[in-house]
Amino acid sequence: MDLHPISTPPTPEEVAAVNAVLGVDCAPDEPSGLRDAEARRHLLLPVLHALQARVGWVSPGGLGEACRRLLVPPAEAYGVASFYSLFATSPRPQTVVHVCEDVACALGGAEALCAAAEARLGPAGTPRDGAMWVRSPCLGLCERAPAAMVTKAGETPLTASWGNATVDELVAAARAGAGPERAEAAPAIPGVSLRLLRRVGVVDPGSLGAYRAAGGYEALRRAMEMGPNAVIREVTESKLMGRGGAAFPTGRKWQAVASQPVRPHWLVCNADESEPGTFKDRVLMEGDPFRLVEAMTIAAFAAACERGILYVRGEYPLATARLKHAISQAEAHGFLGADILGRGFSFHLELRQGAGAYICGEETALFASIEGFRGEPRSKPPFPVEVGLFGKPTLINNVETLCNVPDIVLNGGAAFAKVGTAQSTGTRLFCLSGHVSRPGIYEVASGTTLRALIELAGGVANGRALRAILLGGAAGTFVGPDDLDVPLTFEDTRRIGATLGSGVVVLFDDTASLLPHLQRIAGFFRDESCGQCVPCRVGTVRQEELLARISNRRPHGDVSREQALFADLSQCMKDASICGLGQTASSAIESAMKRFPDLWEGA
Amino acid sequence: MIRAVTLTVDGQSIEVPEGATLLDAATALGIDTPTLCWAANLTPVNVCRMCVVELEGARTLVPSCARKAEEGMVIHTDTPRVRTSRRMVLELLQSSVDTSTAPDLLAYAKRYGAEPARFGPHGPPANANERDAHHPGHHHVPAGAEAATVHQPRKVDNELYIRDYGKCITCYKCVEACGTDAQNTFAIAVAGRGFEARISTEYNVGLPDSACVYCGNCINVCPTGALMFKSEADLRDAGKWDEAKQTTTRTICPYCGVGCTLELTVQDNRIVRVMSPPEVSVTNGNLCIKGRFGVTYVSEGGG
Repeated sequence: MDLHPISTPPTPEEVAAVNAVLGVDCAPDEPSGLRDAEARRHLLLPVLHALQARVGWVSPGGLGEACRRLLVPPAEAYGVASFYSLFATSPRPQTVVHVCEDVACALGGAEALCAAAEARLGPAGTPRDGAMWVRSPCLGLCERAPAAMVTKAGETPLTASWGNATVDELVAAARAGAGPERAEAAPAIPGVSLRLLRRVGVVDPGSLGAYRAAGGYEALRRAMEMGPNAVIREVTESKLMGRGGAAFPTGRKWQAVASQPVRPHWLVCNADESEPGTFKDRVLMEGDPFRLVEAMTIAAFAAACERGILYVRGEYPLATARLKHAISQAEAHGFLGADILGRGFSFHLELRQGAGAYICGEETALFASIEGFRGEPRSKPPFPVEVGLFGKPTLINNVETLCNVPDIVLNGGAAFAKVGTAQSTGTRLFCLSGHVSRPGIYEVASGTTLRALIELAGGVANGRALRAILLGGAAGTFVGPDDLDVPLTFEDTRRIGATLGSGVVVLFDDTASLLPHLQRIAGFFRDESCGQCVPCRVGTVRQEELLARISNRRPHGDVSREQALFADLSQCMKDASICGLGQTASSAIESAMKRFPDLWEGA
Repeated sequence: MIRAVTLTVDGQSIEVPEGATLLDAATALGIDTPTLCWAANLTPVNVCRMCVVELEGARTLVPSCARKAEEGMVIHTDTPRVRTSRRMVLELLQSSVDTSTAPDLLAYAKRYGAEPARFGPHGPPANANERDAHHPGHHHVPAGAEAATVHQPRKVDNELYIRDYGKCITCYKCVEACGTDAQNTFAIAVAGRGFEARISTEYNVGLPDSACVYCGNCINVCPTGALMFKSEADLRDAGKWDEAKQTTTRTICPYCGVGCTLELTVQDNRIVRVMSPPEVSVTNGNLCIKGRFGVTYVSEGGG
């Protein structure tokens, strides 16, 4: 490989930012081979983060320095940098205020907040006095809508997010480059039996000692006594299914990785929670970070993974800080690293941050992102259990899925399966937001009805009537008041043509006009499509245009023509897209248009 | 030893070697499967989704170019589902891209009855470099009356070839040819994302400032004429490109001892384009700058 360097030199700040990740460059021009380059490519994303955080954008000089150090072709590195919305490849103000406009925030006044922001700070995306504000996809603070986030570049870079945001706070954040001081909101509301949430809000998330005093790390000790096979047996017996949306049997996945002869095995925790309306994983990571670290260690032990990566979305600053702290504490006390608990098992865990790309929650896109490539999904098969991160067998699980593991190890799979239904076992976290009295995370037994869950949250806000519920997320489905008795299980929701997805339950009362929300969902998928395959890249654009025509009551021809067009679009996206993003990009919209046919008339 | 795999394609049983794709199996049976992003000399990227087929037991259609044949698979290549997706892929492309110089795509559009006008008239073209400056994750909410396109002015920054990205279907072929599949130059990559995903050099610098070595292997694989010899583009602009007056001649490159096959397009006794047939095993369709652009001297005259 004969790299053509970028001629713009880096600034001293950019060199320092790159060095902070890669170490000081003492032998700059020493030739190294392609193999070296491949081995270091995964450091590209951390280096881009460092450049963005230090100077506020990824400049040609900074990118050139990264490419020189990592032996990455500049065009490829630019392709990666320009893929993520939290990176800028042209100059930007040091301070950027992000205002969430997705479904829960839209129901919580985001449009009014954006209008006020425009009046005070100028149009979105316009620099003014060293700052600017932009609209943002879901920030995962849906229980405190509307949400905002501020990023400030510089010597001491900062990312902070907060809920119940006011325009005064946005203006202050733009001026100060910092978020408001807030007492932490109660992250979760007590439900039936608090398995997953029992330490959240109760035990100090920054203290390993407090975690251990509350029963932490007993499960890891037990797992090591049981041995890997017995741990997998219990997980299989628990019938735990993935909580990220795909609902794959966890035990089967673990067994598949454990039995792979190829080494090393990787463990990846998918903490790229970005599905609009979803914030359960954030609550677990912020409120009980050691539990996730312990769960990952158990998973690594069971599936013989030597190394693990915890991939957290870039919009979760508090969760990131707490997990980093938890990992360093666990390392310092022999719960991570070499010879854990003196039993000869080694597991190295590293945290990686996403940079603003919903698609990276798709498992193969997440691997590509970690590896330093564009977050583009690839075809399956082969599946990650065989060919995953760096082409090796990889166990990838969602945060909530993993957090169930310590209890399964301690109490046995059978005890776990006693809660819930025969097929959908255990408890589940649901993210209630929108027009609901008490938005928040609720943990209920699988099989609890939608009605009971909503009653637990105090019902529809202000005693109004219910119009619709978005179940499962932007990639989920709209259901109506007559679906309230559906038990919240994989099988029962499937029966009514819906999905639990990532546990999203967004309520719309009878004042809500659905079309603007459908348009925003369409706009979200258009923004978040990776652009690789035609059905999704162009289909999401055409879907949004179609909804705009319906909403403006200016259809091409009569409405039946638009209906036929939508049916074709939806079928092609479902059938021919590479990954789940395109395959589900029309699902919520299709379900709403079907349930409320008057929407076709622009109602 | 390579094992054999038996599968059924459109009711016919066929045996293929392990590792063969569904496309290989269909082709062996004489089934003409449409492809845009696939080429025999490139790694399958399966992004155009033109070649999708129905696999019994699968939830979605599968890309035949990349999906490996497995024992007992039952495939259907011409069901209503398959035809709908193929027609939609073509409509989506034709409604957003200038496909006027994409002969294969136009033929497929006819075969599948694509009606791209269903999405409305084409929206206005972007200004020069506007799409290249797009920040990912943001877009203006559309009115929907017009269909958004990738139309934009072409990039002309050298005397050898032009880049007309208003004709680009983002099939990744040029990126692959520039990268590990042929040239290992890495002058271009896909940048941005979503509808604003585009082929780009770093920071959209011109080719003379990029790593480009003008091998033109990207032109050789481009299925839409987005990458074109400047000599061809100039003739087309002048209304003088006339395929009826053209002849194609195969010869061997005179420059070095490798012996690459050149395929010369000649019009009015001038070489207007140099391609290389991918099926010739010497270089699988690849050339260097000399073979690609260094033979027009024969008609330059003088000395």
